[in-house]
Amino acid sequence: MSFAPVVLRADRLSREVGGRLLVDDVSVEVRQGDVLAVVGPSGAGKSSFLRLLNRLDEPTGGTVWLDGQDYRSLPPRELRRRVGMVMQTPALFDGTVADNLRFGPRQRGADLPDDEVAGLLRQVGLAGFAGRQVERLSGGEAQRVAIARAVANAPEVLLLDEPTSALDEASKREIEALVAGVVRARGLTCLVITHDLAQAARVAGRVLVLEAGRARRVGPVEEVLRAEGTGP
Amino acid sequence: MLRELVPDPTLLALAQAAVASAAALAVALLARARRIHVERELAVALARGLAQISAVGSVLLLMLRGPGWLGVLALAGMMVAAAATSARRARRLPGAFRVSLQAIAAGSGSVIALMALAGVVETGVAVLVPVGSMLIANAMNANGLALDRFRADVLAHRREVESALALGAAPEVSVAPHLQSSFRASLIPAIDSLRSLGIVWIPGLMTGMVLSGTPPLRAAIYQFVIIAMIFASSGLTCLVGTTLVRAQVFSPAEQLLLRTEAERGG
Repeated sequence: MSFAPVVLRADRLSREVGGRLLVDDVSVEVRQGDVLAVVGPSGAGKSSFLRLLNRLDEPTGGTVWLDGQDYRSLPPRELRRRVGMVMQTPALFDGTVADNLRFGPRQRGADLPDDEVAGLLRQVGLAGFAGRQVERLSGGEAQRVAIARAVANAPEVLLLDEPTSALDEASKREIEALVAGVVRARGLTCLVITHDLAQAARVAGRVLVLEAGRARRVGPVEEVLRAEGTGP
Repeated sequence: MLRELVPDPTLLALAQAAVASAAALAVALLARARRIHVERELAVALARGLAQISAVGSVLLLMLRGPGWLGVLALAGMMVAAAATSARRARRLPGAFRVSLQAIAAGSGSVIALMALAGVVETGVAVLVPVGSMLIANAMNANGLALDRFRADVLAHRREVESALALGAAPEVSVAPHLQSSFRASLIPAIDSLRSLGIVWIPGLMTGMVLSGTPPLRAAIYQFVIIAMIFASSGLTCLVGTTLVRAQVFSPAEQLLLRTEAERGG
């Protein structure tokens, strides 16, 4: 049981599009330093839910509280700086790896010094890649750059939308370990979508199970997996 | 030959139209020999075309005698029609008509006004309306191209746009590369026509001026003036149009509103 402060709280969050409820009244809280896995079958609303948390989409009901503040009262750019996101497939910007890492800080007029770029790349296992053009990266390397790019913004919360789904088994394990390392080293609070319960068990402390947009179950990973009939 | 036979200028014009139509119909008859039947369709199209263009000529005739504000009114009407056509091409963009109207009015309107004030073109209705209509028509095409290209580009790169937003970028930063590429693409026709002027084509306006007795060099330079004005007004239209449409594709909370048809359904 964690007594760390609640960083992010989804409060009866819903999103309806064209008469269909993609996310239906979901409430969950995530404490500082926790990793919450969001699992469920495809079409359960996992990505739709995640996109509400940094307000890439607008909730049609409910809200999100970030450090006790209703996120609708925050300027969107500040919110998204504080709640970083890594998408399923990395959409890197044309240019070098370093250009990508500097993109976020530059939006608020900050310049990421060379040693910080190098430090971030070391952390994701890409030491010496700063000057590399992004079109020459492999899929796994590109996803590492996307993670480093999100972390370069110094977020409090990191949202990961199936970050390993496009990768082979070996790269998948590497990215998992890397995410776990980065989250621990930086004290990040993290929500990670996965359709793989075994992966959820490896990376997360708690699990939220979504089904047809609704939260079917939320709790510690062992408890939820046991209840879902896939646990030990 | 016709000139000797028909001395009256109006009748001469009709006779010329009849001979040109006969040539077109002769081709239709040749086609008929090969069992390609276009003669009825062509006859209707010829009659309709003659009626329409004669109507426009008559309206111009009235305007020539009428006050200057009539010309301004005609240009304003053309702008509205152009905006409607342009918006149809970009109909899946929110606010396409309003954006197109503002862009075309700002782009072609300001170039027409500026050139008239500077004395580059005469301010008479007889000059202003036809020249203005050329600028408006080209601005319409460029604007339609720009908006359509912008929409397609942003949709194709939605992940990049949303990744930028997710990193705390302003909406205008997130779509900047797509704004640039759509602006450039929409001006390619105008640049190409400037580049190929006189080599690939001798434009209608110049041809008309030479046929009606203007010295060829003067006609040529006047044509260049018009093409350069077309470039200026199309460019300004696209600049205004793409800037305005950028605001239309984001919500107040800086969310990208563009969705593909499939996504909208589900």
